[in-house]
Amino acid sequence: MNQETEGAGPGAGLRRRGPEAGVALLLLAGGLVVIYDSLRVGIEWADDGPRAGYFPFYIGCILVLSSGWTLARTLLNWCQDTTFFSQWSELRDVGAMLGPLTVFVAAVPFLGLYLPGALLIGFFMRRHGVFGWLTTVSVSVGVPVVFFLIFERWFLVPLAKGPVEAWLGF
Amino acid sequence: MDEINSLMQGFGVALTLPNLGFMMVGLLLGILIGVLPGLGGANGVAILLPLTFSMNPTSAIIMLSCIYWGALFGGAITSILFNIPGEPWSVATTFDGYPMAQQGRAAEALTAAFTSSFVGALFAVLAITFLAPLLAKFALEFGPPEFFAVQMLTFCSFVGMSKEPPMKTLAAMMLGFALAAVGMDTVTGQLRMTFGFTEMLKGFDFLIAVIGLFGIGEILTTMEEGLAFKGKSARINFRIVWQTWGQLFQYWRTFIRSVLIGCWMGITPGGATPASFMGYGMARRAAKDKDSFGKGNVEGVVAPETAAHAAGTAALLPMLTLGIPGSPTAAVLLGGLLIWGLQPGPLLFVEQKDFVWGLIASMYLGNIVGLFVVLTTVPWWAAILRIPFPVIAPVIIFICAVGAYTVHSSITDVVMMLVFGVLGYLFKKLRYPLAPLVLALVLGDMAESSFRQSMLMSQGNVNIFYANWLVGGLMAVAIFLLFLPAWGALKDLLRKRETNAHLHQ
Repeated sequence: MNQETEGAGPGAGLRRRGPEAGVALLLLAGGLVVIYDSLRVGIEWADDGPRAGYFPFYIGCILVLSSGWTLARTLLNWCQDTTFFSQWSELRDVGAMLGPLTVFVAAVPFLGLYLPGALLIGFFMRRHGVFGWLTTVSVSVGVPVVFFLIFERWFLVPLAKGPVEAWLGF
Repeated sequence: MDEINSLMQGFGVALTLPNLGFMMVGLLLGILIGVLPGLGGANGVAILLPLTFSMNPTSAIIMLSCIYWGALFGGAITSILFNIPGEPWSVATTFDGYPMAQQGRAAEALTAAFTSSFVGALFAVLAITFLAPLLAKFALEFGPPEFFAVQMLTFCSFVGMSKEPPMKTLAAMMLGFALAAVGMDTVTGQLRMTFGFTEMLKGFDFLIAVIGLFGIGEILTTMEEGLAFKGKSARINFRIVWQTWGQLFQYWRTFIRSVLIGCWMGITPGGATPASFMGYGMARRAAKDKDSFGKGNVEGVVAPETAAHAAGTAALLPMLTLGIPGSPTAAVLLGGLLIWGLQPGPLLFVEQKDFVWGLIASMYLGNIVGLFVVLTTVPWWAAILRIPFPVIAPVIIFICAVGAYTVHSSITDVVMMLVFGVLGYLFKKLRYPLAPLVLALVLGDMAESSFRQSMLMSQGNVNIFYANWLVGGLMAVAIFLLFLPAWGALKDLLRKRETNAHLHQ
């Protein structure tokens, strides 16, 4: 952490090598899981043909080799790497989206899709825009209502609903 | 002549009133999707696919493919007026399109872009009309080894032709295959990589992956670039359209070149994005006035748009005839075929004549109608982009979540969408290509079963893959493409060593 913030100034940001190594490591781990599971179900031949792990085993091997290559290269060039993944200010912008998005997704299992959707739109309009309460409420309520009409009434596709919709009688 | 007859029958199918209605709805939705950031052809079609489950497959594919054409058209609007590529394949259009708009020649640029899109698509559809039946007839003779060889070629050409680092292309692709293998093995019935979770039984749905990777991932990247929609306004009148059309004739060489590049890149799964860059690059290399490129040269709009649209359309050729999509959007359409109960591949041309020719006829109609719709409605789309980002962004997220939910009516899928979204953001930043991941996820089961069937035929002997000239040839090209980047790297290394040696002398 403190190494990445070194040389703070207008050009300061997250170095590329950290995320690069992290993603490569994740893929490598994924490849190992695939190999492990393929070995479990069997990679050799049974009486009636190849077993379930026959094909995925090779997939896992290639995944380990290719992500291992990226990981090794990143680690070997660890000190020379001066490229940035993102500026801190840019990452803050991404966080400003990812945070509410995560809360929204976490709320869906409990409240259904409509209410969290309305709250998400309302939050963004108040937080990042310059809208009065009337505009905010009409847009944030209007969009889910339009979706309700299109999906549930027109196409007869029910969406996830929570206690509030149940209370309203849907 | 057979093709002409079938095509006429196809027009009969496509020209019914409901189908024309679906075509218009599809086109308008498509342009909207193409204009909005975070919604693109692939995830737009993925989100709307569940709504078509109950529709007649022919009407459904007409609507969804029209969304695709609309998105191809729409991408150009934002690139030219706002300098924001609405779609990855319209990045090259910004190079000359936006300078033209700045010089007050927006209408000219837009007309040129739409017309070139139309020309590119038209030639690609012509190619489909006459090549697809031949290819399908040829492919009827294919056995599992041949199919595996074609699939191998598809995936190797990603490694060989992609601009991204080859090892990352390979890793992204293998991740797709691995995710496709999760769930029940269709041959032995064994469970793979479920680790006791019942949610994992049905495996990873590629529609969720597409919505997450392309939708949420795109929104996150857009946030980072910091969006300020400050655009030029444009009103197109008939006189300018007419003038521009007259002018465009002198670029016939550019058109031909870009059509060829586009068709090639679409059929081999290069996709529309590299095609547009290649089209732009080739036009610039061939031009006499190289310096005017990037400063508002119409040719710099014509070349990438023609190539992108030709590639986007030609991507449907291998999808229909071989069951191998040439682009992520074609992959989603292929998933649609499977859900509607149609088996893509050569038999489609024998068993589902109405469907195939209805679709091909709708490509002609969709592009003609699309050209006029887009020319007349430009100011309207530009106005949509003036809606502030704090409104658009959460609405798009909501749309993505609704789309992810409706695939299986499952809340877990909404969570998966978020996971894929973060993955998509990281992959994009670290230059892992997304298209091979999606294609591997779609084709994984098919590739695996053709590999296993081939192995069964030969009792585990690999020489079945060079048993005859066809399989051997396909495999040879595939392996050549696979090792193409390695060869390039080796050459660089040798050259470096040589120059070093020279320096030391």
